[in-house]
Amino acid sequence: MSASYLLRRVFYGLLLMLGVVVLNFLLIRLAPGDPAVVIAGEMGGATEEMLQAIRLEYGLDKPVLTQLGIYVANVAQGDLGQSFFFNQPVTTLIGQRIGPTILLVVTAQILSILLGVFLGVIAARKPNGVMSGFVTVFATVGYAVPVFWTGIMLIILFASMFPIFPVEGMMSVRLRDAPWYQQWLSVAHHLVLPAFTLAIIYLAQYARLSRASMLEVLGSDYIRTARAKGASERSVLFKHALRNAALPILTVAGLQFGNLISGALLVETVFNWPGMGRLAFDSILRRDYPTIMGVLFFASAMVVVANLLTDLSYRLADPRLKGQS
Amino acid sequence: MKLMTRLMGAAAIAVSGLAAAPVFADGGTLVIASTQVPRHLNGAVQSGIATAVPSTQIFASPLRYDENWEPQPYLAQSWEVAEDGLSVTLNLVQNATFHDGEPVTSEDVAFSIMTTKENHPFKSMFAPVESIETPDPHTAIIRLSQPHPALLLALSPALAPVLPQHVYGDGQDVKTHPANTAPVGSGPFILEEFTAGEAVVMKKNPNFFIEGRPKLDEIIVRIIKDPSALLIAMENGDADMYPFMAGSQEIRRLEKVESLNVTTDGYAAVGPVNWIAFNTASPKLSDVRVRQAIAYAVDRDFITKALHRGVSSPQRGPIIESSPFFDETIPAYDVDLEKAQALMNEAGFGDGMELTVDYIPGPKEQQQSVAEYLKSQLKKIGIDVTVRAAPDFPTWAGRVSGHDFELTMDVVFNWGDPVIGVHRTYLSSNIVKGVIWSNTQQYTNERVDELLNAAAVELDVDKRKALYAEFQQLVAGDLPVYWVNALPYHTAYDARLQNVPTGIWGTMHPMDMVEWSE
Repeated sequence: MSASYLLRRVFYGLLLMLGVVVLNFLLIRLAPGDPAVVIAGEMGGATEEMLQAIRLEYGLDKPVLTQLGIYVANVAQGDLGQSFFFNQPVTTLIGQRIGPTILLVVTAQILSILLGVFLGVIAARKPNGVMSGFVTVFATVGYAVPVFWTGIMLIILFASMFPIFPVEGMMSVRLRDAPWYQQWLSVAHHLVLPAFTLAIIYLAQYARLSRASMLEVLGSDYIRTARAKGASERSVLFKHALRNAALPILTVAGLQFGNLISGALLVETVFNWPGMGRLAFDSILRRDYPTIMGVLFFASAMVVVANLLTDLSYRLADPRLKGQS
Repeated sequence: MKLMTRLMGAAAIAVSGLAAAPVFADGGTLVIASTQVPRHLNGAVQSGIATAVPSTQIFASPLRYDENWEPQPYLAQSWEVAEDGLSVTLNLVQNATFHDGEPVTSEDVAFSIMTTKENHPFKSMFAPVESIETPDPHTAIIRLSQPHPALLLALSPALAPVLPQHVYGDGQDVKTHPANTAPVGSGPFILEEFTAGEAVVMKKNPNFFIEGRPKLDEIIVRIIKDPSALLIAMENGDADMYPFMAGSQEIRRLEKVESLNVTTDGYAAVGPVNWIAFNTASPKLSDVRVRQAIAYAVDRDFITKALHRGVSSPQRGPIIESSPFFDETIPAYDVDLEKAQALMNEAGFGDGMELTVDYIPGPKEQQQSVAEYLKSQLKKIGIDVTVRAAPDFPTWAGRVSGHDFELTMDVVFNWGDPVIGVHRTYLSSNIVKGVIWSNTQQYTNERVDELLNAAAVELDVDKRKALYAEFQQLVAGDLPVYWVNALPYHTAYDARLQNVPTGIWGTMHPMDMVEWSE
């Protein structure tokens, strides 16, 4: 892979981010409602002078295009502005939330790939067997059911009827002064339901995809050769076939990343997970422009980087793509 | 199924043993669950429950109130109101210090009251305060331009936190001061950590000026915005107290939990009133007979008993019924559809009319359900109601503050004294377009203005009561607002908790006496 290819990809990535910033800015301004009225309302009612002071303070008195120019210039310098609502730097707010979101998304991603591929491989082994039918049905249902519904069902089952898992946040607040391993256990405990909820949809897709991909590969000549030379079934499935079947899975995993982030928004809201998704959701309701735009900026950057990494890893995994661009 | 249940139970025990074992120190931790998000923790420049609950733990104030509306000493060990009502002298305790070790002086008290006067959204609270003299470090004399009967109540923890002048007096704007998210007070608890939108962690103040208090080691306000997750946390013991609970389903559900107590006490001064406001400037609603017809058509009992499952109480007037100023004789407008129809006919709307009702986005049963009920009920007197939903608060606030509405449902607080929370709705001087929770009804009645202005300066309680009685009768006739019910605020708390604040300000009150019984 050449350096110029990498540079070009990074340049396109940055260009894309600029477009995202401008589009986000303009879209949010289309929503009705005045942030100054919200802030004053949150303070408990206000006077006209107070509203004016708020508009002046947050630069809302300037024309929208001027505000856009100032915003883009600030973002280019790494300044995402001050939250209207919390009056803290947006980077501070996101800094507090990005860890939990990454933990949730990455856990869900790993969970869905591992389980999904495993189910897909099992199903591909006997395409007309019971297991295959089960995986197909599960994949269809898992894909069709909305993520918040799954979340609520899991809450009813595992938090209300059988209170095994907590549903309020990322760690028990009572463990703030506990030793680190207790805190980690608590985080893991809190992570189970949201990560599983988020994983379910994608898990189903990976299962379906890897089943199809495996079936295709399993019919090819080199598999027949492997079998002929007496390789064990496990070796055929996981060593010979899966390696080649993995390429489309890898592609989808990269594309899926954006969906995962948007799914995380809902999951975080349902499970009170202290991540960026919930911050975005709450900020939209408050018309906290800088915070909404900051979160969208970060989420988009994560997707752009994930796609870049997918492309690169794809090239590493498939030697045939080397030199092509 | 039985085996499954048993297995799950075993798993639950194993897991909770691993991760959820609570670490109670001597005084223990109190976890308060809240759906409300504080912007910051400085109650001097921000109203509302979200800020006041933590703010009253961190900041002390001149006075505090018992459950009988009687002022009690706090930072002021005694106080005198001058004969003419034009000054109030506060004698401060000698041993109070801020959390950074600096002593609390009369200078701080003067600075705080003047700062609150300048910046707090409730302008009427300290408007008559002209200056504050500080003849010595422990005496503050508040000079007033006119007698101000609401002053002592305004010196409560919920409204008058005493700020350190050495922190806030640095010339920065107090509304956006960095210390608002890392405040230094002189109250029973010291801020340890504030994570925006997540939690407020406060530790015991070992140098608190009241001997032997606070009892608890730690208070954590945990924000759980999803009500069902919050209820599960209460049921499972992940949270110990849930104040300001307003949903009937939530209340009924937590009442059944054996380890919890549920009380309605503690909200007398908060005075949350759920109402239907009329845009009296709209051509259809400018005729008082139409407003009265609507009042005669609406059945408060149905709303409180059926829609709210009996947890809320009917509210007949602008002043909360638990207030000493409430007038018992205010007309209730009991349901009378014939009378309502007759009024419609008289007003020239015998053939019916169309109206739109908005509602503040919030708990459905207080707002949307009541709005939907209006639709079916007003149909009976020929009014075709369209319920207009707002996707969120900014949209609704934009419409109502812009006077772009006909009817709207809303919840507005009394905030203790009528001067603070009631006058703003009915004074014609407070018709300010673009400002929510002003007189958005655009209601004008000269006599009402006179009465309210007189009641604001009347020190004699009985005379004040008389002024407010006449006011209540007048607005009940004019009906700029039809009051539906008092919000059913309840507090659920772990039954082992002692001395949970149930005075007039509920949990917007220092929790220095709260303790665990075991």
